[in-house]
Amino acid sequence: METFLQLLIYGLQLGSIYALIALGYTMVYGIIGLINFAHGDFLMVGAFVALFAVTLFGLGFVPALLISMIITGLLGVSIERIAYKPLRKRPRLSALITAIGVSIVLENFPRALPFIGPAPRPFPQMIPMVKFNVLGVSTNSVQLIMIALSVLLMVMLQIIVTKTQIGRKMRAVSLDKDAASLMGINVNSVISVTFFIGASLAAAGGIFYASTYPMIDVYMGIVLGLKAFIAAVLGGIGNIPGAMVGGIIMGIAEIFATSINSDLGYGIGFVILIFILLVRPAGIMGKFTIEKV
Amino acid sequence: MLEIKDLHVSYGAIKAVKGISFEVREGEIVTLIGANGAGKSTTLRTISGLEATAGGTITFMGQNINNMPPHKIVELGISHVPEGRRVFTNLSVIDNLKLGANLRKDKEAVKKDMKKVFELFPILEKRQNQLAGTLSGGEQQMLAVGRALMTKGKLMLLDEPSMGLAPMIVENIFEIIKEINNEGTTILLIEQNAYMALSIADRAYVLETGNIVLEGSASDLAENDEIKKAYLGA
Repeated sequence: METFLQLLIYGLQLGSIYALIALGYTMVYGIIGLINFAHGDFLMVGAFVALFAVTLFGLGFVPALLISMIITGLLGVSIERIAYKPLRKRPRLSALITAIGVSIVLENFPRALPFIGPAPRPFPQMIPMVKFNVLGVSTNSVQLIMIALSVLLMVMLQIIVTKTQIGRKMRAVSLDKDAASLMGINVNSVISVTFFIGASLAAAGGIFYASTYPMIDVYMGIVLGLKAFIAAVLGGIGNIPGAMVGGIIMGIAEIFATSINSDLGYGIGFVILIFILLVRPAGIMGKFTIEKV
Repeated sequence: MLEIKDLHVSYGAIKAVKGISFEVREGEIVTLIGANGAGKSTTLRTISGLEATAGGTITFMGQNINNMPPHKIVELGISHVPEGRRVFTNLSVIDNLKLGANLRKDKEAVKKDMKKVFELFPILEKRQNQLAGTLSGGEQQMLAVGRALMTKGKLMLLDEPSMGLAPMIVENIFEIIKEINNEGTTILLIEQNAYMALSIADRAYVLETGNIVLEGSASDLAENDEIKKAYLGA
């Protein structure tokens, strides 16, 4: 029982990181129908921005997190404007291939910069580590704060999407861009806001990940991004609560599988993906939709 | 109020609208009638900025609005009830209406207009918290009109409001269109149901394969033999 709870808390922590990243995949897919393969790299950018904010400017955790989220968010917006927007009315495959190209640039451009480079960097400990024991389960301040912050961000997102005017606009644009523009909604700016939110959540996810596994490099987004993508598909791509649930399930499954065998932990995500595609291809919370002509 | 001069619209190599000219004066109900594929919807979509013009000019209240982005055209005062209603099925009725008013700052006036929409369509008030996707076809059409009213346009474009609706509901919708017009909104209506359209319109244009072939007062056209044969089933 204690081992179970112990694993569960690790699973929750990893799962909430997957969830944060999965949200960006699902929101972007929901609004422009694109699987943004460069999304995983946003979390790497976020981690590096935070690294520099702390090491060069001596900022604390909260300002570093906020600055990183804003800068990564703006990067997301610019990438959409430069790389994806011109292709919006083209076949979907063009944008998909472009996304892979953007991903390659995001990984290899910083790699060529002398102050980043290809070698892994240690990530600073930004929150004082206090360990404690509850009911025989050991946990620590970093872990609990990360989980709490992830939950906070997800609750904020859910409120934005369901209760505010920009959220209503996002849902309208994701359903019908023409009808939305006939309401006087500036579709382009709503898409930009969506990319901003998605990329900034990925940045937060990257920082939370680096705070737990404190080594970062330019390729860290590939595997993490892939797992978060699986989480988004698992929950039902395009569905926001689905991404949260999918992320948590992925994290818990991965930790439990790792406790049995570490290779199994790596592969479990793909097993889940194959299983879900066989049994319920629209994902846990996704709806089966018929493509209209 | 709205002046279209020599408008051309193409989809790739296909010319959908081939140089049509017409005008809508303030306070009027004007209708474009014609068969499927005549270019009616394309014309409306181009006025609203959803399609690019391939030639000609669109002038609204003295301002050229050619190829302006759609949200700017809404801001200038053109509201558009699109073909097939296109309500936001994933949002509640009230959220659909709120989106219609998303450009407006005066909250009091928006509230007043919301009340007016509910007076015109009492069923929407009853269903305000329901998802728009759960409404019947007629109710969705009412919501589409209500949503367009919330944008507070001076000119309302209506694309096939009778499509797929039972005759009784069609009559109801057309009465309300008349009422909206009486309260000061100019209307440009396109319809396949030429009989209904001519019965409420002041003037009409007949569109055939991208060209205007006839125009005149609605009552004259309703008596025209060719029109009777082609569109009124007489």
